[in-house]
Amino acid sequence: MSSIGTGYDLSVSTYSPDGRLFQVEYAAKAAENAGLAIGLKCSDGIVLAVEKIVQSKLLVKGANRRIMSLDNHVGMVSSGLLADGRHLAKRGREEAQSYRDQYGAPMTLKVRPDKPASVVSSLMAKGWSSPCSQALIERVAMYEHAYTCYGSVRPFGISTIMAGVDKTGPQLYVVEPSGSYYGYRASAVGKGKQLAKTELEKLDLSNITVKQGVMEVARIAHLVHDDNKDGNFELEMTWIGPETKGFHEHVPSQLLQEAEEAAKRALEEAMEED
Amino acid sequence: MADMINTVNMERLKKGEVNLGTSIMAVAFEGGVVLGADSRTTTGSYIVSGLQTYPNVRDQAHLFLNLCNTFHYHAQFYAAQHDSRPPVHTIASLFQSLCYENKDRLSAGIIVAGWDEEQGGQVYNIPLGGGIFRQPWSIGGSGSTYVYGYCDATYKEGMSEDETVNFVRNTLALAMARDGSSGGCIRMCVITKGGVRRIFVPGNELPKFWEGAELIETKRAISGKPEISLPATAGEGMVVQ
Repeated sequence: MSSIGTGYDLSVSTYSPDGRLFQVEYAAKAAENAGLAIGLKCSDGIVLAVEKIVQSKLLVKGANRRIMSLDNHVGMVSSGLLADGRHLAKRGREEAQSYRDQYGAPMTLKVRPDKPASVVSSLMAKGWSSPCSQALIERVAMYEHAYTCYGSVRPFGISTIMAGVDKTGPQLYVVEPSGSYYGYRASAVGKGKQLAKTELEKLDLSNITVKQGVMEVARIAHLVHDDNKDGNFELEMTWIGPETKGFHEHVPSQLLQEAEEAAKRALEEAMEED
Repeated sequence: MADMINTVNMERLKKGEVNLGTSIMAVAFEGGVVLGADSRTTTGSYIVSGLQTYPNVRDQAHLFLNLCNTFHYHAQFYAAQHDSRPPVHTIASLFQSLCYENKDRLSAGIIVAGWDEEQGGQVYNIPLGGGIFRQPWSIGGSGSTYVYGYCDATYKEGMSEDETVNFVRNTLALAMARDGSSGGCIRMCVITKGGVRRIFVPGNELPKFWEGAELIETKRAISGKPEISLPATAGEGMVVQ
């Protein structure tokens, strides 16, 4: 304890001499050790998945959902403190709903993802607010960021994958406890994220469909999970694609079962080859 | 007594209510929309052109002028925040919520029409109570009641820009001929990807239809040729260019 922090890790509103916010970094640690969550942006939609370690045999299978909808067309899954994730989802839903109330249209995740922000700098010079301020990802990320600015609060202990399909097409973002966010073609957060990301990199992400994505994500989840170390797990998976008509829905149980069986078969075959 | 006949009896209107006699219309076509209105305003008919919302307001309609300025502001604000112009649907939704929230104070039937990249030409009708309905064509104002049948019989899907302009011109002319509270000239604007084009039809150049047998007889006598060709069958409508 004396080697790290040395008094600079007590408050999120105090920098360390070398310019770090320890509390924010600790929050990221909380997210790193929780169950793996995977997000995949496909050519025709998105897939979200989360590995749920079975904490007790008394838990009802299929209950205790972890992937949440922020709106019809946006899903979110976070790794870390569960209640922090639910709180962020509540905020995201409020943002999405308020946008709908105001404009009568679904909120996009990002404003003009195809265009750099500098294009609108002339408008910002006139005193307009941030050009991204009406994008869902920006609103949610800024909410998280606010919790890194005051001594009286703690940062969110979660890494969050937000993905959706809006009028600009499929979108996927990861929000960190610091409030920073990045757009990805695919990403993983939580325990084993490095291995999962390495596997995701091998996919043909420009051409993959959601149906193929479901199979791949199931395979990666089973590959990364270590039954001996972490115990049994349940795989929860949602998607948005042509099959769901643009809605964020759970992958049908039959398809999920097929995907998991295929994943297990692939793993066994790989083991035999070794 | 003469006053009672020739002017609007303001005593019969509700307090603060104004007589909104007019005819307005909007029709979508492939690639854009055509908006039109007559010029007779007891208090108001206005074309606010498209996404740019340039208020083109005649007469003393302070409320609507205010509305247009408000929505011009909303549109600009949206553009700043989203780095793109608001879709037509969004502007229509803003009008809709305003009409709904203030339904006890407003008596305005609004047609919002325009063109955007997402859905092309669109017409949204926002009637009195503050609903919102997307329609291929929409007519409004007191004159509109006379020409619903004409519109039903004449409108066809896939009309060209010129055909649509003619459809609007003819419909408004018919409405203006029948409705005592409509009349004057026709102002139209065509909104396409290329921008806004305005068309003006003076009162003495309105398309003529059957407006009374004596009138036609007189004209025939003067010009020596029939002014109109009557439709051969009932199904063919009665447009005369």
